Amino acid sequence: MESMSFFDWVLKLINEYWPMFLRGAENTLFIALIGTVIGFAIGILLGVIRTIPVDPSDNWLKKGILKLANILINVYVEVFRGTPMMVQAMVIYYGSPMVVGIKLNNIAAGVFIVSINTGAYMAEIVRGGIISIDKGQFEAAHAIGMSHWQTMRCIILPQVVRNILPATGNEFVINIKDTSVLAVISVSELFFQTKSVAGNNFKYFEAFTIACVMYLIMTFTVTRILRVMERKLDGPQNYDMMQSHTPDVKEVKNRA
Amino acid sequence: MPKSHSETLIEIRHLSKSFGNHEVLKDIHFHVDRGEVVCIIGSSGSGKSTLLRCLNLLERPDGGEIIYEGKNILDAKMNVTAYRAKLGMVFQQFNLFNNLNVLDNCVVGQVQVLKRPKNQAVQTAEKYLSTVGMNQFMQARPSQLSGGQKQRVAIARGLSMEPDALLFDEPTSALDPEMVGEVLKIMKQLAESGLTMLVVTHEMQFAREVADRVVFMDDGIILEEGTPQEIFNQPKHERTRNFLKRMLNQE
Ligand SMILES: Nc1ncnc2c1ncn2[C@@H]1O[C@H](COP(=O)(O)OP(=O)(O)OP(=O)(O)O)[C@@H](O)[C@H]1O
Ligand SMILES: [Mg+2]
Repeated sequence: MESMSFFDWVLKLINEYWPMFLRGAENTLFIALIGTVIGFAIGILLGVIRTIPVDPSDNWLKKGILKLANILINVYVEVFRGTPMMVQAMVIYYGSPMVVGIKLNNIAAGVFIVSINTGAYMAEIVRGGIISIDKGQFEAAHAIGMSHWQTMRCIILPQVVRNILPATGNEFVINIKDTSVLAVISVSELFFQTKSVAGNNFKYFEAFTIACVMYLIMTFTVTRILRVMERKLDGPQNYDMMQSHTPDVKEVKNRA
Repeated sequence: MPKSHSETLIEIRHLSKSFGNHEVLKDIHFHVDRGEVVCIIGSSGSGKSTLLRCLNLLERPDGGEIIYEGKNILDAKMNVTAYRAKLGMVFQQFNLFNNLNVLDNCVVGQVQVLKRPKNQAVQTAEKYLSTVGMNQFMQARPSQLSGGQKQRVAIARGLSMEPDALLFDEPTSALDPEMVGEVLKIMKQLAESGLTMLVVTHEMQFAREVADRVVFMDDGIILEEGTPQEIFNQPKHERTRNFLKRMLNQE
């Protein structure tokens, strides 16, 4: 035993505990992915609500509801951006049975926490994305008679989604890493699993080196996949010329 | 080519608009007849764009009336989007939808606003894209087109809605000089086809040749209007004369 080197131990741990590592990586990816997707949806929803235009001629009920919604959204964003996710995890996991009488299972609690956390960041990113779209895009849509919602759905949000895709990918990568804090509520993600393997064998350096490589593989792969998606969304670099037939202005209906 | 217009399409009464304490439109009276081509000229800041934008409610006027089909559009109960769909708008900066290709730029409004079936909307879009000579570029994205091509697509997008009138706000001012001609040529053809057009322009030659009526705006009012002949050859006001002298010297 004494003669076993660092690499011997790494191989031995992989050999004996690979199902535990794999299980941990699966949970990490699962929580990060679902959390990012739900957080993205929350962000879009809140970003859209926050950019609903108010006209001075609108009635007081609409104005009041929007004002209240904006205050609530601001509180949500500030609270979840302004506190560590590890603390949020403790509060929500141990607080939910006492406050709402629901005991969440660990994975569900993990997904919940990552989702609302991501949502708070995405809400800001989406709002910035909507504001940064050229005013002319809104005006052109309004000028052909599209409503605010039609404009959002058909013209603005597709551009926002494309523009914030890199930021969303960034959130996903952060989530893969930050799920490790969920170990404090015993979610069996990669960090938690690695800690038990390490503890059982008193081989912390070796076990966490394995975890390190696994995190790196996950984040690297996700980054690459997102690059490909971005390029897909940009559409083809070239366009095909259509068969031409002669322009004929006489076709324009005589509306005189 | 004198045409006879009688039926009024839109009438504006007592229209006013301020930005802060800056009164940009002062008690404007104005009308457009069906089939008429009206050119609006005037120096920078005189309120030409604001008038056009008030007409399709991109800006909310502070007071006055916009009468369309016998009703005042500024009444709170009026359906603003339905009215806007009846007036097309072509912008100086083109404002093509960046997320859609050329064909879909001309289809989306027909499907969403006019509720036309997709295949009928595509046919209509193809028809007007060939009108402006852009039917070969249906699959291209706006970023892949030149300025002149973009503006032609923007015109086709407006035409695809088959509006009662098309409004143009300096459609050639953002173009490189060699592309101005292709856009003006199409606008001229549209004018001859009988389309009702309201054009804010600095192209005096175009106004002279194509307009049925020329409107000169100065500091928030319509100072003078008449046939191109009247405005360009016998302007009544000193300020009109000075403006025209400046413009014609540049050309
Ligand atoms: N959104 C706005 N907020 C404040 N002031 C504005 C706004 N839009 C226009 N103005 C002001 O209103 C005046 C008239 O502007 P407008 O754009 O109608 O002029 P214009 O005749 O179209 O000029 P140009 O030939 O330069 O396009 C200008 O003094 C302008 O600064
Ligand atoms: Mg202007």
